[in-house]
Amino acid sequence: MSSMGAMKKQQADWIEIGALEDIPRQGARVVRGCDGDIAVFRTLDDEVFALRDRCPHKGGPLSQGIVHGKKVACPLHDWKIHLETGMAVAPDEGCAARYPVRVDAGRVWLMLTPEEGAPAS
Amino acid sequence: MKEKLIVIGNGMAGIRTVEELLKLAPDKYTITVFGAEPLPNYNRILLSPVLAGEKQFGDIVLNDDAWYTANGITLHKGKEIVKIDRVRRKVVAADGTEEPYDRLILATGSNPFVIPVPGKDLAGVVTFRDMYDIERMLAAAKSHKHAVVIGGGLLGLEAANGLIKQGMAVTVVHLLDTLMERQLDRPSAALLKRSLEERGLTFLMPAQTEAILGDTQVRAVRFKDGAEIAADLVVMAVGIRPNFTLAKSAGIHCDRGIVVNDTLQTYDPRIYAVGECVQHRGQTYGLVAPLFEQAKVCANHLAELGYARYEGSVTSTKLKVTGIDLFSAGEFQGAEGCEEIVLKDAGRGVYKKVVLKDNRVQGAVMYGDTMDGSWYFELMREGTDVANLRDKLLFGQAHLGDSGHGDIKTRVASMADSAEICGCNGVCKGTIVRAITEKKLFTLEEVRAHTKASSSCGSCTGLVESLLAATLGGDYSTTPKKKPLCPCTEHSHDEIRSAIRDQKLKSIRAVMDMLAWKTPDGCNKCRPVLNFYLLVAWPGEYVDDNQSRFINERVHANIQKDGTYSVVPRIWGGETTPAELRALAEIAEKYQVPTVHITGGQRIDFLGVPKETLPAMWGDLSRAGFVSGHAYGKAIRTVKTCVGKNWCRFGTQDSTTMGIELEKMTWGSWTPHKFKLAVSGCPRNCAEATIKDFGVVCVDSGYELHVGGNGGVKVRATDFLCAVKTPEEVKEYCAAFLQVYREEAHYLERTAPWVERVGLAYLKRRVVEDEVGRKALAQRFRHSQKFAQVDPWAERAKGADRHEFIPIAQIA
Repeated sequence: MSSMGAMKKQQADWIEIGALEDIPRQGARVVRGCDGDIAVFRTLDDEVFALRDRCPHKGGPLSQGIVHGKKVACPLHDWKIHLETGMAVAPDEGCAARYPVRVDAGRVWLMLTPEEGAPAS
Repeated sequence: MKEKLIVIGNGMAGIRTVEELLKLAPDKYTITVFGAEPLPNYNRILLSPVLAGEKQFGDIVLNDDAWYTANGITLHKGKEIVKIDRVRRKVVAADGTEEPYDRLILATGSNPFVIPVPGKDLAGVVTFRDMYDIERMLAAAKSHKHAVVIGGGLLGLEAANGLIKQGMAVTVVHLLDTLMERQLDRPSAALLKRSLEERGLTFLMPAQTEAILGDTQVRAVRFKDGAEIAADLVVMAVGIRPNFTLAKSAGIHCDRGIVVNDTLQTYDPRIYAVGECVQHRGQTYGLVAPLFEQAKVCANHLAELGYARYEGSVTSTKLKVTGIDLFSAGEFQGAEGCEEIVLKDAGRGVYKKVVLKDNRVQGAVMYGDTMDGSWYFELMREGTDVANLRDKLLFGQAHLGDSGHGDIKTRVASMADSAEICGCNGVCKGTIVRAITEKKLFTLEEVRAHTKASSSCGSCTGLVESLLAATLGGDYSTTPKKKPLCPCTEHSHDEIRSAIRDQKLKSIRAVMDMLAWKTPDGCNKCRPVLNFYLLVAWPGEYVDDNQSRFINERVHANIQKDGTYSVVPRIWGGETTPAELRALAEIAEKYQVPTVHITGGQRIDFLGVPKETLPAMWGDLSRAGFVSGHAYGKAIRTVKTCVGKNWCRFGTQDSTTMGIELEKMTWGSWTPHKFKLAVSGCPRNCAEATIKDFGVVCVDSGYELHVGGNGGVKVRATDFLCAVKTPEEVKEYCAAFLQVYREEAHYLERTAPWVERVGLAYLKRRVVEDEVGRKALAQRFRHSQKFAQVDPWAERAKGADRHEFIPIAQIA
């Protein structure tokens, strides 16, 4: 992701989804894909993360939760999910799939293939 | 010239009489007190904690020398009166001091009963009566090991408990086979014995002492059956006998005590007697509560008011052993024609028995959980018919008409003002609450100082603390029980609120910086709290932080389990028209709403609306004249009404219009938790106003206002706040109540627990009694409404927060 070569090689998979400013700080927006929604989060420090928009607990839309630190609280039953890993905060157990995402010159780019090791749904 | 009053006895009864007298007629007498002990007046009941090492002597002094001086009382400590010359009206002390009197109070107390066995005068045999005894026991505990306490009653057990705390091996010898047989029945006595054994006490019972053995110093105790046990210290605690030697020698009629009439006068009307030395209507008393009742009556007569009469005391007992809760009152053993209701949970160490006769409480014994003792005692003294309470009697007062709350605080809150809290001093709840509010008391010490509640035996301390908490509410957060709002901070709700107010903090960032938040941007618990507190503190100034709101409030709709939303338009007072219904029906069809439901609050709920559709649907609703119903928020929800006098043959007022006016006034307001209202047109209460946060019940003379109710997990019926005459008053009181709730309740605290926490009396004071304060509160509410009554749906239909409702990108 950091080397230009690698980026070029994968460029076909990176999709530009919009401006960083389109996502509220401490909030999220949804990317509607054919395989379901992906939530793209923006933290207070303008870090951006992308997770499948389904809580590992009961499928709640994580994009609608309150973002705090590098975590989001699911709006349905208040599970907390780590944005960096997609893992539920202990003692809850479960994982939401992670998607590669990056910001380049104020634009947000997303890959639609989940990162390796992440569950498919 | 002032009359001369002499008090013989510097103990609790005598001095309490003087205190009561000073309250009634401070300048009537020149007062002189003679005390045989060389000590100041102290609280004899608390000798047990002194022995147990839980208190020092200084802690139990009631009146120091300065008090006597300040009240112009001459105190002769260590001077025993040996003669009363009734003809010349003077008393003579052992050292020859003479003092004339116009009136005399005998408060000579009682003497411990010493069983007449051989060896009773040996060194190391003590009684349990005064500070001198305590000092001897404490000295013995330092150098000796084996203590034997003779007597398994109240006194003996307290002595035994104290000695074991001092490190001695203690055996309690009791004549009978159950402990405290005058206060306990067999099951409760067995529970008591078990927990005292767990503390290391040994019991020898039944056992009759035959002799105390030793040459000069006690060595052992021998029993009737020939058995002997080693003893370095023997405490005789088998009872007390009224001390009337002096009275008798003066020719005053005595029987088992000094005989007095209902104004506490002896056969010589210039001479009164109070306390344990007294025999009144054939009874003698060894507990403190009767002494204090007598003191009141005696003082009343001395002040020449003469309207008080002492008619005897009904007594109750508590054991002052830390960690053991025990209560007993009245005819607890039961008798012919009596019924017993019993609850026994040996595992939890709880036992309760109430004895009834003709559905009236005759007595009660409680062990392990004595919280409701004062209630049973009150029912007993008042002779209340408990036929309707029988099935719930043993669960306690808090369970009447309540399916949930059972902790000590709510139980205290549910007590009547006339319920006695402190049995020793006869202080009832109302007196304590009044003192707390009027004198602005904040600590237990202050309450003790002002009301004497819990200042004698101390066993009601927990109740008094709960009353403090219930009455002061938020202000009582000075206790170490302070709870941080969430793990992001050390500060409590109340501290954060006052910081926002006092430091003029006007943004979430400012609060977090000033109060040193431990996380960079808080969490989903604290951010909504801060957002709300800021909103209430700075109406019109603070800019609502959408990202710190829960999704429902952020998008003004209620998220459902499948991620769709529900939409509930406001229907003022629950009254609608065919045209409105037609519009709603068309909108429901246009957006293919899967489910249409009528809510409990008389509204129509569209369920299953996708998020993207919300703004368009709201636009249509807005054009049809509807605004948001706020069914999704910690906010004013609905005002439920009945049709009232316009149609109903029972209706007393126009409840529907009243409800609509209330809803028009309150809608849009954010509150700590959801807030529901109702207006019923008559006491039949079809709108269920008595389970609402604010309920109005119309009556012929106007409107009854009720607060603090809710349905939900724990149903709670409202408390009656007050009655008012006009709709304008209803609105003013409602606005004021809402504003106190908004300004002072913790976020996510519904009115029901809040009312219980701060106490109804507090709210009455703020909203009912303080007219200026009420108007100011109502004014602040109305001011904040100027900024709150903007329909969020109409704004969003016109494009506000558009990003909330559409995906950032769509990938085909």
